[in-house]
Amino acid sequence: MARVLCKGIEKSYGDVRVVRSLDLEVADGEFLVLVGASGCGKSTTLRMVAGLEAITAGQLLIGDRVVNDVAPRDRDIAMVFQSYALYPHMTVRDNMAFGLTLRGVAKAEIEQRVGVASTMLGLNDLLDRKPAALSGGQRQRVAMGRAVVRQPSVFLFDEPLSNLDAKLRVQMRLEIAKLHKKLGTTILYVTHDQVEAMTLADRIAVMHEGVLQQCAPPQVIYSRPANTYVATFIGSPAMNLFAVQRQGTRLVGSGLAMDLDPGEIELLCGDETELTVGIRPQDWRPAPSGSTPDATLQVDVQEPLGSETFVFGELLGANRDLLAGRDLITQQRADSLVILRLEAGFGGHQGPAIGLHIDRQRLHAFDAKGVRLNKNTSEPTLG
Amino acid sequence: MAGSGHGSSGVAPTGWQAMLPHFLLIPVSVITLYPVLYVIKLALSGTSGATASAWPWPDHPSLDAFAKVALRTDAHGTWLFGRQLLNSLIVSGATTVLGIVLACTAAYAFARFEFPGRRAGLLGFLATQMFPGILTLIPLYVLIQKLGLLDSMLGLILVYSTTAIPFCTWTLKGYFDTLPKEIEESAIIDGATRLQIFVRIILPLSAPAIAVTALFSFMAAWNEFVLAYTFLSQEAAYTLPVQIRNYVGDKDVQWSLFAASSLIAAVPVMALFYAVEKHLVGGLTAGGVKG
Repeated sequence: MARVLCKGIEKSYGDVRVVRSLDLEVADGEFLVLVGASGCGKSTTLRMVAGLEAITAGQLLIGDRVVNDVAPRDRDIAMVFQSYALYPHMTVRDNMAFGLTLRGVAKAEIEQRVGVASTMLGLNDLLDRKPAALSGGQRQRVAMGRAVVRQPSVFLFDEPLSNLDAKLRVQMRLEIAKLHKKLGTTILYVTHDQVEAMTLADRIAVMHEGVLQQCAPPQVIYSRPANTYVATFIGSPAMNLFAVQRQGTRLVGSGLAMDLDPGEIELLCGDETELTVGIRPQDWRPAPSGSTPDATLQVDVQEPLGSETFVFGELLGANRDLLAGRDLITQQRADSLVILRLEAGFGGHQGPAIGLHIDRQRLHAFDAKGVRLNKNTSEPTLG
Repeated sequence: MAGSGHGSSGVAPTGWQAMLPHFLLIPVSVITLYPVLYVIKLALSGTSGATASAWPWPDHPSLDAFAKVALRTDAHGTWLFGRQLLNSLIVSGATTVLGIVLACTAAYAFARFEFPGRRAGLLGFLATQMFPGILTLIPLYVLIQKLGLLDSMLGLILVYSTTAIPFCTWTLKGYFDTLPKEIEESAIIDGATRLQIFVRIILPLSAPAIAVTALFSFMAAWNEFVLAYTFLSQEAAYTLPVQIRNYVGDKDVQWSLFAASSLIAAVPVMALFYAVEKHLVGGLTAGGVKG
């Protein structure tokens, strides 16, 4: 086992910088998930760690060794590809044994290791089949088995579940989690799926346009996003952003008008007067009748899901162009519909507009550049 | 089970709709097969020659022409037919082996590596395929003569390879391009060297493409006439096409021998076709990567 350390790693193709000065450490035995939209440089980063892409600048260490110029086979890594990349002309057994055979491992040991891995992954009955005779899930398991038999110090996963259907993806996700628990090997895992990231990771690293946005445990990423990009990327449905002005202890703009305690506002945004607040869909409540609402939603669509109801609409008096003019980096279009996630019982609401209250403790505030301001958002409980 | 055969294809055509394709295909088949049948008729007509009737079946079938062709000897008693058959096999076989061995490695390099001259090399190979072979006849003759390789199999093999290698390289490169790179990357991480990847992954996966390319290369050499006719002047050095042509002389036209030797010469190619037929459909890489 070993840690992986990226020190100012860069990757450029000509003038295009795909990965920019990346500093990232995957601790020994840690499960780190690299997540981001397609083209954000996450796969390139993984391929640099694997040795399939040359590193333009910076240093890459696996264990205590600089491996920039070390061939992939000497890096003591194993990789699972999105497309499985099995050898079609070999049986499952030979696929798993190939790497060991090349390394001159004794036959008896190869057999033993393949046996252990195939038992662990439930492949015992498939050992003499060729990949074409396997289902997608079985192929992915073989790809994992091929990595496991090598007993590497680091596993690299490149979107391993993207080609599976939804049900199988959940099942394989659990198997990967079990695998990590059992082997305790360092894992660097790339995905664009935030559910995979949240459920599997010890820590999540969010990338955008080749730049690392935040690297933290899943709960921290969710409850204390470092900027508007992370805030809108993690969480489904996504957080809504609103351009507001601070007027004393009041936040006004984009259809919001809410009073905070002096202490609350200080913690939320310090001295900043022009700010962007983020509100997650579940942090709204229908305002009790008689109270002054923080905002009023013009309802477009309601989606009752049984356990909860999604409500889509726009805030009355909102000027969403104001937000669009702020030039923030976000995953969604900043001026998209406002989404609320309310209790199932809410369904009874009739009229076209709802008065809403916002949970003050769960407000996210960002400065003009989209960088997180507040210190007050409830701290995550970490296991 | 009933109906499962037609179930997904909708309503099966009936009556004249079902017959229509046959009305079209039967005449086409006759037109295609008639010349072949006529050659068979000529070959089976014996050495006395065929009647001029259009009916594609001999009046008095006999294998005389085959015997005469196959048992032909020269003045010294050398079995000429055997010699010429061997010439053809050696020249075509060696051209194919040389072509495939060099083309496989060249095609892999063209498909996977970036190097100076890659584009120029590929285009150069393509350009040689654009000109009719006959254009190079005289320069090649001069070259072969200077090298003292007239009337030799080696000369013919070298000449045939000049066209076989570019053809095979382009065909195989096209196939290598379709092999998923991830399979090779996976092997790289498994610890394989380039050579190991080539030998243990790429070549086995490319077996269908190599078989088909080899077949075409073999057929081209086996059937080639103009170059062989130009470079070979001694009967013992002839390949089969040259000998076949010789049965149709200026004064003496032996159509039955011509037909019989043509049929004999067709047998190895047909056998090869049969042998690699299953590869023609390909599909070996199925299951390696998704989609």
